[in-house]
Amino acid sequence: MSFLSISNAVKSFGSNTVVKGFDLGVDKGEFVSFLGPSGCGKTTVLRMIAGFEGPTSGKISIDGRDVTELSPNMRRIGMVFQAYALFPNMNVFGNIAFGLKVAGLSKTEIESRVNEMLGLIGLTHLAERYPYEMSGGQQQRVALARALAPKPQVLLLDEPLSALDAKIRVSLREEIRAIQRKLDITTVFVTHDQEEAMSISDRIVVMNGGRADQIGTPSEIYNRPATRFVAGFVGTLNVLKARANGQDLQSVSAGGTTMRLAQPVRTADAEGKLSLGLRPEAISLTPSESRDVSFRGEVKAVNFMGSVIRIRMDAGGEIISFDMFNTPNQTPPTIGQLASAHCSSSDIFELSQ
Amino acid sequence: MMKRFPLYPMLAALLGATFFILPLVATFYFSLKMTRGELGFAAYQSVFNSAAFLKTISYSTVASLVAILIGAIIVVPTAYWVRLKLPKLRPVVEFISLLPLILPPVVLVFGYIRLFGSNSWMPLTTSTLGTDVLLVMGYVVLSMPYMFRAVDNGMAAIDISTLSEAAQSLGASRVRTIVSVIFPNVRAAIISGAFLTFSISLGEFVLASLLNRPAFGPYLVQLGQDRAYEPAALAIMSFGFTWCCMALMQVFATRKPGQRWLPFPNSRPATRT
Ligand SMILES: Nc1ncnc2c1ncn2[C@@H]1O[C@H](COP(=O)(O)OP(=O)(O)OP(=O)(O)O)[C@@H](O)[C@H]1O
Ligand SMILES: [Mg+2]
Repeated sequence: MSFLSISNAVKSFGSNTVVKGFDLGVDKGEFVSFLGPSGCGKTTVLRMIAGFEGPTSGKISIDGRDVTELSPNMRRIGMVFQAYALFPNMNVFGNIAFGLKVAGLSKTEIESRVNEMLGLIGLTHLAERYPYEMSGGQQQRVALARALAPKPQVLLLDEPLSALDAKIRVSLREEIRAIQRKLDITTVFVTHDQEEAMSISDRIVVMNGGRADQIGTPSEIYNRPATRFVAGFVGTLNVLKARANGQDLQSVSAGGTTMRLAQPVRTADAEGKLSLGLRPEAISLTPSESRDVSFRGEVKAVNFMGSVIRIRMDAGGEIISFDMFNTPNQTPPTIGQLASAHCSSSDIFELSQ
Repeated sequence: MMKRFPLYPMLAALLGATFFILPLVATFYFSLKMTRGELGFAAYQSVFNSAAFLKTISYSTVASLVAILIGAIIVVPTAYWVRLKLPKLRPVVEFISLLPLILPPVVLVFGYIRLFGSNSWMPLTTSTLGTDVLLVMGYVVLSMPYMFRAVDNGMAAIDISTLSEAAQSLGASRVRTIVSVIFPNVRAAIISGAFLTFSISLGEFVLASLLNRPAFGPYLVQLGQDRAYEPAALAIMSFGFTWCCMALMQVFATRKPGQRWLPFPNSRPATRT
């Protein structure tokens, strides 16, 4: 039995069903991210866990206890919001102490716990500052400390880094992960940034239109995307229209060439049509033993992106994007030139839906 | 290009100022002339030495303060709830809160007398305490437009729904959330509403007079009929009082949490050693 479990949760606002049967089990101490485009229901699921929204149907339990009907203030949840939501009338100390005061701890207990939390977020010297006197990054760390101070059973974060600039975003996400590991607290983290989700999660829930399209480790999500949506949302992906070649279920044609797939085709329609996925980094201009599939075509675009150069090529009517390292001893192809790109058939996967 | 001296605007401003200040100066001058042949504060002394003045002003002060307290207790949770849960009803509630500006107080007080008169189901007007209650309730009603508007604006300035959720996730009940998170953050707004309420109900005449309470408003009117210099002195004092209220409102409204009350150099250390 998972520590936090959501079973078949459905949420409708009027006639609009935004969460359509959501199932998830999160283990104790696990860090799970909800990843998905805007409006897919990430916040709504998170708010159902917190108790701010009641599910239309379904069940939520924490540590074996059904909390579906429990009010938010009884759930022992720590919540961090995108807009920090620190209490403007209280200084840092007061903010972190709030949950402890509500819990009825003694003055000395509160003081020592707040100081412990301040140490954890490295802001001991700012204890007397007010929210309006701090940067966004500092405020969000205080919000994290405030949420963690009463020792919640589950920590929920709703896009906590979206309002911060890029540098702080990266350093703070690592800090959040480190603190989470240290306290071994069960955590659900909402983001629409796939890199963020990849870099800090134990598991990722990729959401699409109110459902979990795939739940898996970052590597599973990236390397074996279950649906076309997941494949397209996580990282860049070449999608090739392909056609199965008769009875041989492993042989297909795509991008002006024929190849043998590692797995037999499963999703071809009546006319033998299917879609294949291929990551740009699996393709190279240099042929090799293991790169048994070659595409040939005209170079359509060459974009310099710092350490890599992204090349777009028209291979038999399909646009294929791939990257090469930007090194002085390798000259990139020019637009209009004919080129060959090579990859391994094991890097090509079939896309369902 | 040199900026030309704004002659006409300045003239207009001067004219306007004269229009407001001249009567004030004249009244002030008049109020100093109680003792024949010399200027002095005799009129002011006479006012402060009058038992009726002290009695009515303290009665009105207490009634106003109670009205402010009740008003805040009604308005803050209402404005909070409407903003949080019933945002569609906000225009309706706002309209209701504005009704006292549309309906004259006379209507209110006759309504009271009919509803709570000696032959009614709840004859409040037959006892002193009951009439006091009615007066205070009347003041609460009269203050609604100012109180609701001030508090509602105060709530618009903070994200009350997220703050409430933050408080709840930390274990706070609804009441606790309102008391320790919402209330303190709209305190400045409540205080400005309170000052407005205070300056209105302190000199209020119609309700107090028709309910026959020993309030400051009726006293002022009576004094105006009986005396010459004292009303002028009182007018000047109430003018000064109103300005004090405005200044205090400004101080409360612009003060940030943790700041000193007076604009002394902020000696609070920004960092703790
Ligand atoms: N209180 C509500 N009433 C009506 N519809 C709502 C309400 N809250 C959310 N929705 C709708 O539910 C859908 C999902 O919203 P949700 O906030 O969960 O999306 P999200 O995945 O968090 O998106 P984002 O990345 O933009 O935050 C949206 O279409 C939204 O309009
Ligand atoms: Mg959201």
